[in-house]
Formats: sequence, C-alpha cells, structure tokens
Amino acid sequence: MDDFLRLILLRDANTRVVLLGATLLGACSGAVGTFAVLRRRALLGDALAHASLPGLCMAYFVVGDRSFVAFLIGAMIFGLLGVACVSFVNAQTRIKEDAAIGIVLSSFFGLGIVLSRIIQNQPAGNRAGLDTYIFGKAAAMVRQDVMLIITVSAVVLLLLTALFKEFRLLCFDRAFAASLGWPATLLDGLLMALICLITVVGLPAVGVVLMAALLIIPAAAARFWTEDLLRMVLIAAGLGGVAGLAGTSISAMMSRLPAGAPIVLAASAAFILSMLFAPRRGVVADLLRRRRLRLRVSRQNVLRALFEIQERSGSTAPAAFGDLLAMRSWSAAELERSLERAERDGLIVGTLDRWGLTPHGQDEAARVVRAHRLWELFLVEQADIAPDHVDRDADQIEHVLPPELIARLEQQLAAAGRLPKVVPRSPHPIREVMP
Amino acid sequence: MNPAGLRADDFWIITTAVLCALSCALLGVPLVLRRMSLLGDAISHAMLPGIATAFLLLNSRALGPMLAGAVVVGLLTAVLTAALSRWGKVPEDAAMGVVFTSLFALGVILISMAASQVDLDPGCVLYGLIEFVPLDRTELLGIELPRATAGLMGVLAGNVLLLLLFYKELKIVCFDPYLATTMGISAAAVHYGLMATVAATSVAAFESVGAILVVAMLIAPAATAHLLTDRFSRMFLIAAGSGVLSAVAGYFLALNWNTSVAGMISVAAGVQFALAVLLAPRHGFVSRRMHQFLLALRITREDILGMLYRWKESAPSRGLGRAQVLAALGRGALPRVALETLRRARLIERRSDDTLELSPAGVAQARGLVQAHRLWESYLAKHLGLPLDHLHEPAERMEHYVGERLRGQLQSEIEQRSDPHGRDIPAD
Repeated sequence: MDDFLRLILLRDANTRVVLLGATLLGACSGAVGTFAVLRRRALLGDALAHASLPGLCMAYFVVGDRSFVAFLIGAMIFGLLGVACVSFVNAQTRIKEDAAIGIVLSSFFGLGIVLSRIIQNQPAGNRAGLDTYIFGKAAAMVRQDVMLIITVSAVVLLLLTALFKEFRLLCFDRAFAASLGWPATLLDGLLMALICLITVVGLPAVGVVLMAALLIIPAAAARFWTEDLLRMVLIAAGLGGVAGLAGTSISAMMSRLPAGAPIVLAASAAFILSMLFAPRRGVVADLLRRRRLRLRVSRQNVLRALFEIQERSGSTAPAAFGDLLAMRSWSAAELERSLERAERDGLIVGTLDRWGLTPHGQDEAARVVRAHRLWELFLVEQADIAPDHVDRDADQIEHVLPPELIARLEQQLAAAGRLPKVVPRSPHPIREVMP
Repeated sequence: MNPAGLRADDFWIITTAVLCALSCALLGVPLVLRRMSLLGDAISHAMLPGIATAFLLLNSRALGPMLAGAVVVGLLTAVLTAALSRWGKVPEDAAMGVVFTSLFALGVILISMAASQVDLDPGCVLYGLIEFVPLDRTELLGIELPRATAGLMGVLAGNVLLLLLFYKELKIVCFDPYLATTMGISAAAVHYGLMATVAATSVAAFESVGAILVVAMLIAPAATAHLLTDRFSRMFLIAAGSGVLSAVAGYFLALNWNTSVAGMISVAAGVQFALAVLLAPRHGFVSRRMHQFLLALRITREDILGMLYRWKESAPSRGLGRAQVLAALGRGALPRVALETLRRARLIERRSDDTLELSPAGVAQARGLVQAHRLWESYLAKHLGLPLDHLHEPAERMEHYVGERLRGQLQSEIEQRSDPHGRDIPAD
C-alpha cells in the first residue's frame, strides 16, 4: 500500500523518470508502429528486435562495460543486419519472407544467447546486465537512459512529421509513389531505420522478446477507431503511451514481474477493448448492425407478403397463417417470430390465426413494395436482367436501398413515362398460394 | 553448471537434442511449403500460458497436462489469428503479432507468479535447459532415461506415424490446396491438424531448447532442404539430416566454448541455412549468379562472332577494330572477358593493326549463328507475317537458343536462299 502511494504520488525522482521514459517510448512506438503495420512490416519488427541481441553482446565485448549508447549502436547494427538478411533471402532465393523471418529471428537470437552465456562466464560478466534486455526492466532505467529515449523520440517524431505525406503514400500505394518519381526504396529504408531506432531504444524497458508487440498492438488497436491516418497515428501514440505508463506502474509495484510483459498486456487490453467497443469497426457495433439489418429484412418481408396477398384477393381482409407461410421459403417458427415483432411495432394485428395490416402498416407495406418493384423495374429496364432473375436480387437489395436512390429511380422511370401510380405492378406473376 | 562435468550424460543430452531436431525438422517441411513458418513461431511462443496454466492447476510437470494445455492454446492462436484478420479486418501479419505476443506476455506473467511454486524462470522458457535434462529421470520399459528424452521419443514416434498415415494428403495440400479441396481432402483439417502437432512438438521440445529455439529447429532445416531439393520426399530426409547435424554440431561447439547448447544448435541450423542460400547447387545465390554470368558471357561471345562475320560479309577488305567492337558492346568488363576467351579458344585472331578477324573455326561457329538468325527472320516473316523492321530484334534474342535440331527443321521449312532483308542465308 505504501509502495502504491509512493508510486501514485510520484514521490521518487527515479519513478518519475522511469514512468516518463516508458510513456514516451510507448507513444513513440505506437506512432512508428502505425506505419509498420500499414506497410506490412509488423513481423519484420519482431525479427529486428530478436536479431539485435547479439549486437548487445558484441557491444559489451568491444566496450567492455555496460554502456547504454554502445549497446544501442551494437543492437542497431545487428538489427539492421538481420533485416538485410531477411530481404536478401526473400529477394534472391526461393525461400519466402515468412521462413526468412523465422530463421533470422531464431538463429540471431541463438547467437545472442551463446554470446551472453560466454560473457556471464567471464569474471565480471554479471555486471553486463544482459538479462534485463531479454524481458526488459524499466525500473533499471536511469536519468541518462531516459534522456536518450527523449532525444530519439524527438528525432523520430520530427522525421515522421516532416515526411508524413511521403510515408502515407508509401503505405497505401508504393507503386504510385514510385511512379511519381519519389525515392520509394529510400523511403522504405528510412521507415525501416525509424522502426529499428525505436525498437532498439525500447529494448531496456520492454526487452527483446516483446518489443515488437509495442509496435504492433497499439497500431492494430488504433485501426479500429478511425479511417484517417493522422488520427490513427495519434490514437496509436496515445494507446502506446498509456500502455507504457500502466505496465511500468504495475511492474514497479510487483518487483518480480519483468517490465515487458505488463506493458504488452496493458496494450493487449486496450486492443481487446478497441476491437469490441470501437464505434464503427468494433465487433459489438458490427453485431448490432447485423442484427438491426436482419430485423428490418424480416419485418419488410412480412409486410410485403401481407400486401401481396391483399393485392391478389383485392380485399383488405386479414390473411391466414398458412397463406403467409406459402409466400416465401420461411419456416413457421421464423414467420411466427417476425409476425410477433411486427405486431409489437404496431404494423399488423392478429386475430384467431389471421393477420391484417394496421393503417400504419398499410403505408409502410406500400412503401416497401413500391421500392421493391421500382428496383425490379430498374434492373429489368436498365440492367437487362431477365424478369425471372429479378425477384431474388430485388429482395436482397430493397432493404438497403437508400431513399435518395429510390427518388432517382423514380425520376429515371418517370422520364421514360414508366413510373407507376402508387405501387408499381410487379413485372412477374406473384407466387400462387399453394392449397 | 559446467556441461563438461556431465560427461557421463553427454549421450542423453545429444540424444535429446537429436530427437528434438528430428521431430521439429519433419514438421517444418509442410510449414515452410505452406508458408506457415510464422504460425509455427507464433504457436511456440503462445503455448506458454497453456503450459503455465497446467503447472498452476496441477502443480506438476507431468507431460500429459502440459501437452493438452499447449495444444489448446496453440490451436487458439491459429483460430484467433484467423478470426482477427477476418472479423477484425486486422492485416494477417499484425493479427498474428497481436495474438502471440499477448499470449506470451500472459505466459511470462503466469510463470513469474508461479515461480515460487515451480522451478521455472522466464529465461529458460526462451532458451531451455538441455544441460540439465539428464538430472530428471524416469523409467520406460525397464530402462532408466531422462524424462524429457522419453517425452521427445513419444512425440517423434507420433509425428512419424502421422506423417506416414497422411503423407499423400499432406503432399497434395502443400502443393495445391484447391486441388486437395476438390478431391475431398479438407485443407482446413490438415491445417489445424498440423497446428496441433506443432503445438504438441513445441511443448515437448521447449523444455530442452526453449520457445525461440524451437522456431530455429522447425524452420531452418526445412528451409535448407527446400533450397537443396525439389522432391517432397527427399526434402523430409534432408531436413532431418540437417536437423541432426545442427544438434550434434551445436552440442560439441557449445561444449568447446562452454556456452549455451540450445543457442549453439540454433546458430548451427542458421549457418547451414546461410551456406545453402549461398552454395546450393541449383537454387543457391552463387550458382544462380554463376549461371547468369556464364549465360551473359556466352551471349556476348556469340554477339562478337556474329558481328565479325557480318562485317566481313559487307566489307571483306577492311578489318574491324577492337575498340569499335568494345564500343558496340557497351561498357563493363564482360565484353573484354568475352574477347579474351574467344582469343584463347582461337576463334578470333588479333592482327598487327589492332583489328580482329575470325579464324577458320570462328567462321564455322559464326556461320551457324548467322544462319540461325536469318532462318528465324525468314520463319517469322513467312508464318507470322511480321513487317521487315520487326524481324531483327526477336531473331537477335532467339539466335542464341536455336540448336542443331531446330536449325535443321527451320532449314527444311524455308526454301529461299536469302533472308527477308535480301542477305544470303549461309549454308552448312
């Protein structure tokens, strides 16, 4: 509890520094990750992060001490080497990118393990602190490390802002960018270098294994909220920042946890929430939309069936359940549910197994049938579709037909002198009621 | 612990490594061919929470529950990835990245929390503890052997059995999933069956070599084999051989430098792959570059011969200067190399005024080329009705590929003695 209070009130200077660093890191990798995900470089980031491990060890061999800057340079070199290997194998041999990524990732990581074990066997080896780079230990960050994160973040954000237009086109249509005379390969390389830079800076906090997650997850989550690239970058940066802050706080409170895992899980939680509850692309919104569509379709089917029975018999007397059932290929249970819903909505009234339209239902049914037949006529007249093929298509499309289109159809047909008075006549015979 | 101190157990460590390499390498073949390598990577990471949950619930390291837990989570990874990319409209690679990193993070946390009860730490989850395999023994059919070794024996036997049972189905699905579907073989069933097998194998292997190095064992030997052969059955054999070689070489190298055995095994697998990329006889980088170079050299040589022949035809008195030939062929070292090899082969001669001339042998070879060129032009004009100014370019390309037989056929096809431009077609 005391720990918790200290953390919340940011009493330690060190805690403040660490939280600031983790938040910035999350925000920055969210922003860069957006481009990585859109450019389909998500898993290359994973290979890059794993491949940087031997670089850390080599830096230790060369410098002989735990120097953050040397580590970063070593990691950067090996990370880019790994990426270069992947693209070489992909371009020059029959082995495809996925296998190349897997091989580079695992054998570079293996090399890293081999080298780090050799370092640990040296007398001073334990001071290297290489273990913290595998799973990350945000709490081990010092002011100097955070200053470096701030510098790198500033550089990365500056480049992203300056080249926003170029990267946008690169992500959405590389061939078009190249045809405009832009240096697409150079831009691709620059983007990869940015990904590499932010990955390497993130290693001490999040670790080799999970750093790719910080690039991928916030960006993938942000995609649910918007269709606009700039907004997506901002949302991803926000989500990444929150994940960094929350994850680091959690790992600060539970000292046994490596920092990488809670940061990634915080990001995953944001992803799951986004996926479920995002207003337009979210799963819940999608399910609701589908349900609404299904209900509308079933209501309109009931109305049209009743209307067509009345039209055929020439009276507005209620129709028998059996007659309705014979109108389309629907099950009795399905029809019953649809009828009940329509009755609740005040569109129809049922007495003794016979169903009739209310005045409101009559209007609604006339509107539905009119739209349906307008579309049928349109298809027959304008699209040259055989009359016996029309019914099914019209059936599906009338439920999504917007009012503007109906107005335009009416206009077109009126210009040809073919606009029917109230409800257009059906161009095909209406299905007879089976005895 | 110093692995050199475990000399009596060397046998068991190598056996375990070899079993692990074999079971993974065999599975890797369909993974690489079906372009599912990264799903293998994802599953070997994602099974961690399954194993951890089995630990936490049962508080034991029995293989059975761990296998069950990992297979469930492994399949979950495949299903979730597919669901995210289909319903969430997330790009497939990003969907995979989201799923397996999240599950892996969850697994790390579960294991960290369970660390007080179970002797496991997140580090060895990644790179395994094959050095300690001989310490934990069990009894199988009256023989005392390490528990991990026994588990891997079972997994290998299972994999081989499945492979033999479904060899034909696997082959068809690997090369043409649509044909497989039309033949009534469910590509989806094979896909998920493969995923379940990968998950089970990863679990058995992960104790020895860890999550990330399982990936090396799964993908690298199969990819190496893919570069070395074009036959499905041979690919399994080469992958298995490469896997075993990695295991044995990795062990002794690690012993030599006193370092991580699992790390060294995956480095050995990676090095084999790198060698295959560079040196594979047909698909390797060097041989393909060599092949391209030799082809370019042959074409340049033939172009020079043809040029000299035509020059002599039009201006028999004057020689063609070496500088003019080089200027006509463009920059680079290739024309010089071609000239030099032609001179060494005594096909051309260099006269004192620095002009070039064909030797009798050179004339014979050049005549064949020019004959092929003009026959092809005549053929194109006669049968394709191409206009005169469209004949030279295709013939210029084709002349290098017209062999004896085709030349004979063309000769019997074309009665005229001159080509459409009015030049004589040389006779044999």
